[in-house]
Amino acid sequence: MTTLLARRLLQLLPTLFLLSLIIFSLQHLLPGDPALVLAGENPDPETIARIRAAYHLDQPIFVQYLFWIQGVLTGDLGESLRHNQPVLDLILQKLPVTFQLAVMGILIALILGIAGGLISAVKRDTAADYATNVVSLAGISIPNFWFGIMLILFFSVHLGWLPASGYVSPFNNWRMNLATTIMPAFVLGTGVAGVIMRHTRSAMLQALESDYVRTARAKGLSERTVILKHAMRNALTPIITLGALEFGALLSGAVLTEQIFTIPGFGKLIVDSVFNRDYAVVQGVVLFTAVFYIALNLLADIGYILVNPRLRS
Amino acid sequence: MEAVIHKPVANPLRMFFTSRTWRRLARRKSALFGLVVVLLVITVAILAPVLAPYDPAAQSWTAVRQPPSAQYWLGTDEAGRDILSRIIYGARASLMAGVISVGIAMAIGVPLGLAAGFVGGLLDGFISRFTDAMLACPFLILAIAFAAFLGPSLTNAMLAIGITAMPLFVRLTRGQVLSIKAEDYIEAARAVGNPQWRIAIRHILPNVLPQLMVQATLTIASAIIAEASMSFLGLGQQPPAPSWGSMLNSAQRFLSNAPWMALWPGMAIFFTVLSFNLLGDGLRDALDPRSK
Repeated sequence: MTTLLARRLLQLLPTLFLLSLIIFSLQHLLPGDPALVLAGENPDPETIARIRAAYHLDQPIFVQYLFWIQGVLTGDLGESLRHNQPVLDLILQKLPVTFQLAVMGILIALILGIAGGLISAVKRDTAADYATNVVSLAGISIPNFWFGIMLILFFSVHLGWLPASGYVSPFNNWRMNLATTIMPAFVLGTGVAGVIMRHTRSAMLQALESDYVRTARAKGLSERTVILKHAMRNALTPIITLGALEFGALLSGAVLTEQIFTIPGFGKLIVDSVFNRDYAVVQGVVLFTAVFYIALNLLADIGYILVNPRLRS
Repeated sequence: MEAVIHKPVANPLRMFFTSRTWRRLARRKSALFGLVVVLLVITVAILAPVLAPYDPAAQSWTAVRQPPSAQYWLGTDEAGRDILSRIIYGARASLMAGVISVGIAMAIGVPLGLAAGFVGGLLDGFISRFTDAMLACPFLILAIAFAAFLGPSLTNAMLAIGITAMPLFVRLTRGQVLSIKAEDYIEAARAVGNPQWRIAIRHILPNVLPQLMVQATLTIASAIIAEASMSFLGLGQQPPAPSWGSMLNSAQRFLSNAPWMALWPGMAIFFTVLSFNLLGDGLRDALDPRSK
C-alpha cells in the first residue's frame, strides 16, 4: 500500500510541473507588454516599474518561471492589484463559502443520483426507468445558470419563499444561511446528480446480473435484502469515488452559480478578477482548483484501494 | 494481399454510415429525436435571415419588454428587440462555438493522441502527463482563464473552449490507438512493408474515427453550454450581436417584470444541448458491437 502510494505520488510530479507551466504561461497570452496590461488603465510609470519588478518581466522567461514557482512553493501566489492583498489570503477567505455550497451540492447529488439510479436499475425497462433516464439526461443538459434563474423566478419572484441573492454566514444566522444557500446548492447538485444516476444505474445492473446476487436469491433472501445488502453495497464503491471526483467539478459549477445568486465565494472571485483584470488572482484560482482536484483524485484512488481488498494486496 | 489488408481500414468509416448503424440509430427514438432537433437548429441557423421576422439588432423604444403577442411571438427585450429573431440568430453563435471549438480541439488533440499512442516511449509520457495536467483544471475555470487572458470575444471564447476540450481527444485517441495497434491487420500492414506514417494515418486513424465522432457530438453539447456560460459572464459574444448566453445575462435584471426574456433563450440552449447529448448517446450505442 505504501509503495503504491509512493509510486502514485511520484507519478504526480511531472503532472504538477506541467500544470505549473500551463498556468504560468497564461500571463504570456496577454497581448502586448504584460506590465502595461497588468497595470490597468492610465498607469503611471511607477506602477509599471513596480509590476515589471514584481513579475521579473525584465528577466528571461525561464528566470521569470523560476521566481514564480519559487513563490508558489512557498505559498506566495502573488498580490491582488485590486484588493492589495496576497492572492492566497483572498482565496482562503472565499473558500469556506464555496466549500459549504459544494458540500451541500454533492450531498444533494448523491441522494438524488443514487436513489434515481437504484430505482432505474431495479425497475429496468419500465416507465420509471425511462423517466429516470430522461431526468438524468436533462440534469446533464440543463445550463445551470438558466436553471438558477428559473428557480429564482419561481421560488423568489413568484412564491416569495426564498431570497433571490446574497449570503448569510451560518455563524450569524443558520436559518438565513440555509435559505440563501439551498437554491444554489440544488442547482450545483442536479448537474452532478445526472452523472451519478447514470453510473449508479449501470453499476447496479452489472451487480444484479452477477453470480453472488444469483446465489443470494437462491438462498431465499428477500429481494429487498438482495438489492440493498448485496448488490448495492458492491455497486456503490465506484460511485463514492465518482462523488469525490465530481466534488472538484462542483467548483467549476460554482463560478456561474455564485454569480447568479451573488454569493461572495471562490467562483465569484475569479469572475470579478477577470473583469478587474486582476490576473494574479485568476492564475491563483486556477492553480488552487487544479491542485485541489489532483489531491481529490489521489484521495479517491486511496479510498478505492482501501475498500477493494483485491487492490490492497 | 493488398486488398485484404486494406479491407478493415475502409470499413470503420463506412460502418459509420452503413445501413446497420443507421438502422440501430433509427431504432432509438431518443436518438432520432436528437438528430431531428440538431438538424432543425442547423437549418434555423443557416436560414436565419429568411426565418427571422425582424432585424435581431433593431431597437424599438416603443416596444420595450413587450410580452409574447401576435406581433412579437416570444416578446421583446429591454431595448425593444424581437426575442424570436435574436434566438434564431443566436443559434448561429451557439452552433459555431460548438462546431469550431470542437474542430480546434480535434485538430490539436487527435494528432497528439495518435503520436502518443503510436510512437510511445518518452513522447507518450510527455503528452500523457500534459493531458493529465490540463484535465486537472476544471473545464469552465480553465476556459474562463484562457478567455480572460486572450480578451473577451466570441472568437477567443471558441479558442479557449477548444484548447480546454483538447485533452479529451488526446486521451480518447491515444487509448484507441493503443488497442488498435495490437490488431492482426496492423501487424499485416507492417509485414508488407508499409511505412510507419502510412500505418498510422491510413490504417489506424480511420478505425478511431467512429469513436471520435461520438465524442465530438457529446463535446459539442458541452461546448455550447460553455459558450453560453461565457457569453452570460460577458466573456463570449459581445453585444449587440445576439447570443443565447448574453440574452440570459440581460434577462436576469428584468426577472420580475419580463420573465419571458429569460425563458426562451434558456429553452433554446437546453433543447439544443439535450439533442446533441441524445444523438451522441444514440451513436455510441449504435456503434457498440454488443448492442442489438
